[in-house]
Amino acid sequence: MTNKLSLSQATMRSRVAGIVAHVLLIGASIAMIYPLLWMLSASFRPENEIFTSTSLIPSSFSLTSYVQGWNGLPVSFGRFFRNSFLIATLCVVGNVFSCSLAAFAFSRLEFRGRRICFALMLMTLMLPYHVTLIPQYVLFRELGWVNTFLPLVVPKFLAADAFFIFLMVQFFRGLPKELDEAAMIDGCSPWRVYWKVIMPLSMPVLATASIFTFIWTWDDFLGPLIYLSDMPQYTAMLGLRTFVDSSGVSNFGGLFAMSVLSLMPVFGFFLLFQRLLIEGIATTGMKR
Amino acid sequence: MTVLKSPGAVAPRGGMVRAKASRQYSSTQRAAYLFLLPWAIGFLCLSLGPILWSLYLSFTDFDLLTAPDWVGPANYVRMFTADPKFMISVRITFVYVLFSVPLKLAFALAVAMLLNRGIRGLPLYRALFYLPSLLGASVAIAVLWRQLFAGNGLVNRFLAQFGIEGPSWISNPNYSLWTLIILAVWQFGSPMIVFLAGLRQIPADVYEAARVDGAGRWRQFARITVPLLTPVIFFNAIIQTIDAFKTFTPAFIISNGSGNPVNSLLFYTLYLYQEAFGYFRMGYASALAWMLLIIIALFTAFAFLTSRYWVHYDE
Repeated sequence: MTNKLSLSQATMRSRVAGIVAHVLLIGASIAMIYPLLWMLSASFRPENEIFTSTSLIPSSFSLTSYVQGWNGLPVSFGRFFRNSFLIATLCVVGNVFSCSLAAFAFSRLEFRGRRICFALMLMTLMLPYHVTLIPQYVLFRELGWVNTFLPLVVPKFLAADAFFIFLMVQFFRGLPKELDEAAMIDGCSPWRVYWKVIMPLSMPVLATASIFTFIWTWDDFLGPLIYLSDMPQYTAMLGLRTFVDSSGVSNFGGLFAMSVLSLMPVFGFFLLFQRLLIEGIATTGMKR
Repeated sequence: MTVLKSPGAVAPRGGMVRAKASRQYSSTQRAAYLFLLPWAIGFLCLSLGPILWSLYLSFTDFDLLTAPDWVGPANYVRMFTADPKFMISVRITFVYVLFSVPLKLAFALAVAMLLNRGIRGLPLYRALFYLPSLLGASVAIAVLWRQLFAGNGLVNRFLAQFGIEGPSWISNPNYSLWTLIILAVWQFGSPMIVFLAGLRQIPADVYEAARVDGAGRWRQFARITVPLLTPVIFFNAIIQTIDAFKTFTPAFIISNGSGNPVNSLLFYTLYLYQEAFGYFRMGYASALAWMLLIIIALFTAFAFLTSRYWVHYDE
């Protein structure tokens, strides 16, 4: 009898605790997401309402901010978005290509100097990029690459993002070694093993690497800020920054509308590949 | 199978086999170097070369136009004796790291623990909490923050409903840094996911045993959860701290690249950027970059050295 009573008390208590947890979590998620939703709704508001309302629903729905923002600078935002897409896509291709080659060598092939090369690669992983920033700038300037996309894209084709090599090495090591050993004994060259055996089996890690490369280069600010100075070459992030500078307070609607648009590709990846992103974070502990 | 491992390991079963094996081995070697070629070029030209070069530049005066002029340790001496802005930027960055990282990790751990109770709707909550840290690096979020904490921003309008008249947070040097600390804490999502993965690893029967022995929730937290989670806490702390030292974009956007009001947003990397690409003092900026490397290395070394006293690894 008493046993039963205490049991029901216990379930009662855990149910209350569950409700409290939900209330806390719902409150926290609203507080966190509210600014984002507010910016979204502000981008559809008439300009004069942006500074007066705290609500999420605009009194009237207008696309003026988008039109004004799109054409708010001497060069249209369409051009900036096109530049960002081009750079991010090239970076994805470069990273997947060069990092998977290096990762294949590190994880699947025996060669002299492997350990030392791998250790050097790991060291660059920890290095703050500021230490290489100025010499790289001087180098690219000497090559006449300033004001082109090359300084932003070419390093990706040279596996400069050691993080992704590391990510792929971890994944490749998890694939059964018998597969490529059997293929090599049958006379397959390492190239065929790489292309026909390892790559097709590595779609998950290649997808993770592609998505994170895209997001990071899309959001990159310092690189374009240093290397791109002609407005027609600007990325979306540089366009936003120029918008803040030039219009300041005068065209907040347009600024918000373009900010919302610039977040959309990242948000799209979030909607489509959430599982992949979260698994990527959970297994590697990336910073974001 | 041993063919791939090493040529010496092949049993001497006759010259033919050995010859074939070593031929295959050396062709594998050649292939390996070709596979590594892009990385090797990148390593030499974009990492190793530049590192050594910037170390050299840090002992010079260099304005990009004329050849670097050797000045010995003058740049480093200047930092500590004749450059108040350097000291300010170090102080600001340290305050930022010191507050943003522990707060962010505390939130991340607290929410992860709430979520780890087998709660319904876990994927939805996790996604909502993760979203800010995925979007957070964008200039667009810095733009949003600028507006949230402006004099007529959303935060003040919200406070006005309770009759509180807030200042312009971002243009007041007493508060501006705190708006950036809040921005960092807002992005607690990714360490939260790492904590969640860590909490999953703790077997349920450990808690079961503790409950049977009469341990309350707090004791369970302090004696089981935290000790077993220390490797994950350590990992998160290192990653987040290094990242916090490198904060640039929000400080740049919110202060228009100036580090103002009254240098209260003069983050270390922003100061480095100003020196290098505003004043083209490339020698001094290289010294600043090396000082950042030293600070981060010292911090990491300190963390690893103390870790044996508080990080419990499952042996």
